[in-house]
Amino acid sequence: MIVLLVAHLVAALIAPVLVARLGRVAFAWLALAPAAAAGWAAIRTPEVLAGAAPTELLTWVPSIGLELAFRLDVLSWLLTLVAGAIGALVLVYCAAYFEEDEPGLGRFAACLVGFAGAMLGLVTSDDLLVLYLFWEATTVLSYLLIGHRPQSRSSRSAATQALVVTTFGGLAMLGGLIVVGQRVGTYRLSEVVATFAAAPIAPGDTLLVTAVVLVLLGAVSKSALVPFHFWLPAAMAAPTPVSAYLHAAAMVKAGIYLVARLAPAFADVPAWRWCVLVLGGATMLLGAYRSLRQHDLKLLLAYGTVSQLGFLVVLTGTGTPDAALAGVALLLAHAMFKACLFLVVGVMDHATSTRDLRELNGLRASMPVLAVTAAVAAASMAGLPPTLGFVAKEAALAAYARADAADLATLAVLVVGSMLTFAYSARFVWGAFWDGPARNAEPTHVHAPGAVLVGVPAVLAAASLLAPLAAGPIDTALLGYAGVFGEPHEHLALWHGLTPALGLSVLTWLVGSALFAGRAGLERAQDRVPEVPAAEDVYRRIMRGLDRVSLEVTGASQRGSLPLTLGAILVVFVALPGGVLVATAPWGELSLRWADSAAQVGVAIVTVIAAVAAVRARRRFRAIYLVGVTGYASAMIFLLFGAPDLALTQVLVETVSVVLFILVLRRLPGRFDDEGSRGARAMRVGFGVAVGAVAAALAVVVPQARTAAPASDGMAELAVDYGGGENIVNVILVDIRAWDTMGELSVVLAAATGVASLVFLHRDNVARADRRVREMRARRRRALGRGHRPADGTDGTGGRTWLVGHEVHGSGRHSTMFEVVTRMIFHVVMTWSLFLLFAGHNNPGGGFAAGLVAGLALVVRYLAGGRVELRSAMPVAPRTLLGLGLFLSAGNALASMIASGDPLQTWIFDVPVPLIGKVHVVTSLAFDVGVYLVVIGLMLDVLRSLGSSLDRQIEDEEHRRAPSAPQPVGGRP
Amino acid sequence: MILPLTIGVLVTAGVYLLTRRSMVRAVFGIGLLSHAANLLILTAGVTSFREEPIAGRVDPALAADPLPQAFVLTAIVITLAVMVLMLTMAVIGHDDDLRRAPEVGETPDS
Repeated sequence: MIVLLVAHLVAALIAPVLVARLGRVAFAWLALAPAAAAGWAAIRTPEVLAGAAPTELLTWVPSIGLELAFRLDVLSWLLTLVAGAIGALVLVYCAAYFEEDEPGLGRFAACLVGFAGAMLGLVTSDDLLVLYLFWEATTVLSYLLIGHRPQSRSSRSAATQALVVTTFGGLAMLGGLIVVGQRVGTYRLSEVVATFAAAPIAPGDTLLVTAVVLVLLGAVSKSALVPFHFWLPAAMAAPTPVSAYLHAAAMVKAGIYLVARLAPAFADVPAWRWCVLVLGGATMLLGAYRSLRQHDLKLLLAYGTVSQLGFLVVLTGTGTPDAALAGVALLLAHAMFKACLFLVVGVMDHATSTRDLRELNGLRASMPVLAVTAAVAAASMAGLPPTLGFVAKEAALAAYARADAADLATLAVLVVGSMLTFAYSARFVWGAFWDGPARNAEPTHVHAPGAVLVGVPAVLAAASLLAPLAAGPIDTALLGYAGVFGEPHEHLALWHGLTPALGLSVLTWLVGSALFAGRAGLERAQDRVPEVPAAEDVYRRIMRGLDRVSLEVTGASQRGSLPLTLGAILVVFVALPGGVLVATAPWGELSLRWADSAAQVGVAIVTVIAAVAAVRARRRFRAIYLVGVTGYASAMIFLLFGAPDLALTQVLVETVSVVLFILVLRRLPGRFDDEGSRGARAMRVGFGVAVGAVAAALAVVVPQARTAAPASDGMAELAVDYGGGENIVNVILVDIRAWDTMGELSVVLAAATGVASLVFLHRDNVARADRRVREMRARRRRALGRGHRPADGTDGTGGRTWLVGHEVHGSGRHSTMFEVVTRMIFHVVMTWSLFLLFAGHNNPGGGFAAGLVAGLALVVRYLAGGRVELRSAMPVAPRTLLGLGLFLSAGNALASMIASGDPLQTWIFDVPVPLIGKVHVVTSLAFDVGVYLVVIGLMLDVLRSLGSSLDRQIEDEEHRRAPSAPQPVGGRP
Repeated sequence: MILPLTIGVLVTAGVYLLTRRSMVRAVFGIGLLSHAANLLILTAGVTSFREEPIAGRVDPALAADPLPQAFVLTAIVITLAVMVLMLTMAVIGHDDDLRRAPEVGETPDS
């Protein structure tokens, strides 16, 4: 089963390619997937009928009991056969139905095959949650298929409507399934059903009864029962093959399947019984009644489907052996005749470009095969012998022909529904093929449909006709399901003798014929009946209301004002954590300790003074270095806390920040504006003090509020044994909580990309920057080829300088001293960064710190030599580094999985190297190298954006101001 | 007590700067707030001075809790990334910081 599901998935994935290569013929190849499913089910028939349901099991998420469990019992077998065979036929039909130039055909093919796979998964899944996943997969694919022509407004709204209604039901169902699964203690469908079949739900068990009703809600919405029936006729906006497959044979049967599947467990629950009988009966009558007045053949069939689905739910949900047997038989019959009729309508639409039965005339003569096909299928729908529909309906009427009051009421509904069904079936065939109103006497013009288009429905009609010959074997097979409820009184057969059921059937035909004869008057009468508020209107009103509420809530809460948004966040912070603190903290028992050491006090005082001064600073430069002081001071505190890694990283980050601030400062005035009134300032101070007080209180209370053991207990051993490193902080980053780090790398990557896109703005600028990087690489290669170090500055100029960027740096701006120092320390610093990278696993250091050190080396090169120098130092595009870094980290996870370990698991190797001895290699080093590269990429990106790009802007402006001045030599960043 | 007080002052200053109109001041505010947050996370893990969390070299009973340290290390780098992004916006968004002419004595730039 899993192999088949994968085959469907693969077929869906290659479908667009196939369609692009082969055109519409590709559908015929894709039909192999569902055909294989049906064939496989057919091969397994003896096994299934013997009662040994084949199962497959693959553990997926054991922690929540999620297993890919599949099971093929009789019911699943039947639906696999139906969905697979009809799916294959419909796909073959598609190959002739669509034009070669139909837009979006590749996507359509992918969705249709994918749907066949989802359907297969749904009916064979033996796990409630997996069943739910496939259930929603069919919903989503149905949405995509209904919306096949997205340019049409009605198509879009029909697709959305189907999605919203069925997803609503699906979510309710999920809730119910979880309650049921938790109660039983397993999500295995077969076990759940067996449990409840053995021990029925107590009537007072409200929770479980509610859960059952919720599950039923899912089935009711999926199978378009009242009051959710309206989405199905609207879904006829889909291409006809979709209507035939999804909305007649397969998807809407998912609800029936679920009801049939759960009936052995829940049929005795009164709530279930009432829902099934009332909603099913009402749907049967309403659908048939509406169908009688439709002129669009597709809509006529759609309402007919709604009616039949109601019928099916009544039968499958009743929970008696006879009704269950009739239910699955009718399910089979309905799949055959309804898919066939939809395909017939598709052919007519194709041949005549209309589906209006008032316009279609005399098609019997021009399309005789199609006419016979339709007549046979409609006979099956109307329950006329000798079709399978007749057999099923006889069984259904017989199932309720007992002296129970509820049964008799149900029987009455079924008989009336069948009368209406007979009438609309006759109306369909008559209106489409035999006759039309006199005012349009000309036979409709037809362009002949191909053999495939006519042949596929003919196969289905023939099946409807031939199946009753095998009524005995079918009965035996279906008893494998219906037998769960007990021994049925009647068996499937064409002739039972003169039974009450046959009498009722004859009555059905007679009244149905009368209704058909009086159809004109009936239509007029229906038109005169005032429209009751339809369920669809209620749906529209609810949706409009939701739109409105969401708009108003968004409008009220998101006013686009930063102070308001910030204010809201801060007020919540003060009110909630602050309120909880005031209310619950054990203020009396807190032990207050002033400080841990004298050094701590000193550093804290420096921090406080710097922070206050930074707030009061008017000059930007002063503010920058005061903020920097707070950063260095907190690095000091980290060090005092026994966090050397943090201290190292903080010092580096602070240095980088100061440089960046100064780079940015070039573009800004030196002083802040003093804005805001005294009142506004007072309010800010008030806000600040309130938030600060809450934060301080948190800092006092939280450390003393620990009740659980630290999560880090035992991490020291873990780090050494599994992480292969002694620096626990680093091992946490690259191994124990490596997923966090991976997320962080993504944030850094996003920020770096954001910076670059804000500064470069246009693709041309990026291309220009890339070109310069390539040129620089070429120059370096040439220089190396000549045996010179490029940084010797020999390229092109002939003179020797300390740095490449020297000659372009503009007169008077460079300092030889700085260049010399840069030249001498750059490689030392880079080496140090590599040392930090490799030592980080056992000592303070690691990818972050190492990357920042390397970044600082680049900063120095840039400051000394300008943007050309930066390119010379690192002639790569930052995005290459960023991408490579993330790839290394993610690749590490993947490689570990491929080596059948957990993702991001560390593998430790001790490699003996000659002369050096044993070298301790851990795979998480690759992860750390990824971190290293991402950080360097960020630094390079920032230097290029905030450094080089701003240089260029400033030079441009200077150039504009003094047009006579010599233009700076050299490229732009 | 001295650390909670420091955190309180840093947060107060940070919030005050963050609610200013000027983007660069907001970035400064974010910087101060992040220092405060880092210290808060760290104090939540350890109440007093502990040894470096390096296995094999330090008695585990005396070593500091490594988990908050790892969190803070991540936070430091993310703060840098965020600040860089905000700074870029400060430079290219010419509205707030460059809105009024600077006073005499400063380099005019706009």
